[in-house]
Amino acid sequence: MSKLTIAEVSKAFSTTRAVDSFSLEVADGELVCLLGPSGSGKSTLLRMIGGFETPTSGEIRIDGEDVTRLPPERRPTGMVFQSHALWTHMNVFNNIAFGLKLRRLPAVEIRQKVEKVLDLVGLAGYGKRHVTQLSGGQQQRVALARSLVLEPKILLLDEPFASLDQHLRERLREEVRDIQQRLGITTLFVTHGQDEALALADRIVVMRDGKTEQADRPEMVYREPATPFVAGFIGSMNLVSGQVADGVFTHSAFRLQVSASPGSALLAVRPEALDIAPANAGQGMAAIHRVTDFGINAVVDLSLPDGTRLKANVPDARAWQVGQPVDLVPRAFALYRDDKILLRS
Amino acid sequence: MSKALPLRRRTDWVGILFAVALTVVILVPMLVVITWSFANVWRFPSVLPQQFGLKFWQMTLARSDVWSAFGLSLTLSAVVTAISAAICLPAAYAFARMEFPGRNVLFFSFLAGQAFPKFGLLVAIAAIFLQLNLIATFWGVVLIQLVGTLLFMIWIPVAAFQAVDRRMEEAARDAGAGPLRVFWSITLPQASPTIFSAILLSFVGTFYETEGAWLIGAPQIRTMPVLMISFINNQPVIQYGAVLSVLLWIPSLIALVFTRRVVNSGSFARGFGG
Repeated sequence: MSKLTIAEVSKAFSTTRAVDSFSLEVADGELVCLLGPSGSGKSTLLRMIGGFETPTSGEIRIDGEDVTRLPPERRPTGMVFQSHALWTHMNVFNNIAFGLKLRRLPAVEIRQKVEKVLDLVGLAGYGKRHVTQLSGGQQQRVALARSLVLEPKILLLDEPFASLDQHLRERLREEVRDIQQRLGITTLFVTHGQDEALALADRIVVMRDGKTEQADRPEMVYREPATPFVAGFIGSMNLVSGQVADGVFTHSAFRLQVSASPGSALLAVRPEALDIAPANAGQGMAAIHRVTDFGINAVVDLSLPDGTRLKANVPDARAWQVGQPVDLVPRAFALYRDDKILLRS
Repeated sequence: MSKALPLRRRTDWVGILFAVALTVVILVPMLVVITWSFANVWRFPSVLPQQFGLKFWQMTLARSDVWSAFGLSLTLSAVVTAISAAICLPAAYAFARMEFPGRNVLFFSFLAGQAFPKFGLLVAIAAIFLQLNLIATFWGVVLIQLVGTLLFMIWIPVAAFQAVDRRMEEAARDAGAGPLRVFWSITLPQASPTIFSAILLSFVGTFYETEGAWLIGAPQIRTMPVLMISFINNQPVIQYGAVLSVLLWIPSLIALVFTRRVVNSGSFARGFGG
């Protein structure tokens, strides 16, 4: 039963605040993805939990115990690095056994544990291999095994699959998810890939400039983004700014009845929620710029008179021609003002 | 990442030319010297010695001063290298991994020591050593030769330590190792091939070091190179010099055998920032 508590943690480097008064509770057995662009502070946060950076202020607790000032070797955390960071002068067995040897376990027990964890990550019988002889995916599995064998309370993964190709990444993340659920290990996973976060996480924490933008279940982050940043960062999103006056949102291409107070507002419409309809020649709110056929559906790139580009998903590419004038009908949309949600329809 | 089609290797004429040139300027003189050392009689204009034999080897090896000089040179090189490693390796680690005031200036000052004519420096040091009663003592020579090893023993290990992936060290901390354990089990083994080459260079360099040993050590401390100079100066018999030269090459040959592994691994070039 391991719970991670991050309370008001900040980290200031000489010129920047990498993490800014960040708080998060991770429940036992939960897998939380920290998602954000590079520079959002997600890796710094993870490194503070692992003990590789010291917070400028705030507290990190594991099962209620304050670990904020403990060095990494005295924390019950296990970290998997982006670059796998395997020790190239040791073979697979010795890489995994290193931490067990430090704990002065009997040799027989070490052997059993290493074999068991190698089996868990699908590398049974690879103990004698040299780590440089392994493929990128295998190396990352050894790195995972090296962390898991020490039975950490909290598993930390810092963009572990970033250097692998798409196909392998998808397979490994499913394996990681399986292993994580089987062991019930509390896990924090840093990534800048939204598909990775959506596929893996019990909960996604979207970070920006060292702060939480939104922390929610994956489907909520996608369907009900709390801020325009989240809306734009997760999935594909059309964002246009306009004015609300007399209960109508107005933009060169949109006029929508809304129950919102007057003022400027940002309209967010998913491509799959934006319908297009043929318009008469010389009219229409937008013109079709490009049609990309994906077989099961198609994406239409639209060009507005002011140069803005929007995307709409359509079922059949063959119904549309480049240059054709169209009207836009959002089926569902959200309005944001001052980086906050104003209304959702 | 693409696998190129197997290219038909064109004959590397430039490479061959270099190899031939190097062979001519390095190997041929060495062969001549080796031949001289085994020549009992070799008079102009004969291409080969009139009489081969071990006469001069026996005469040289029978001299006690040769053996004592050889032993002294080996001891000196070992002591200087050991002290140099003890001083320089921690310093190199500090240069590679820590920020401290004056770091860059200090780092380049080791280059300055090599950039100026050494002899002037040596004379100045000799004057100081004279007052400290270090002239013509073993430790005086150790001190002066130590200075010559600093550049190699700091610059190469600095590059070696810098090349060690920080994440590897962090992963070891994560697995439960303290800082010292990390250095011993991860950093040092990772950097060791390059550090080993620095130690070899320093050993061989010290073995051949002449000016310092002569200026500070004479007349009591006679190393192999110093002895060779006096041989050549006193007795214009080429064979003596030839035998001593061959003897002097022994550490180089041993070093070469070891270095080959290091050079092959590419870490040697890395040590020089290559």
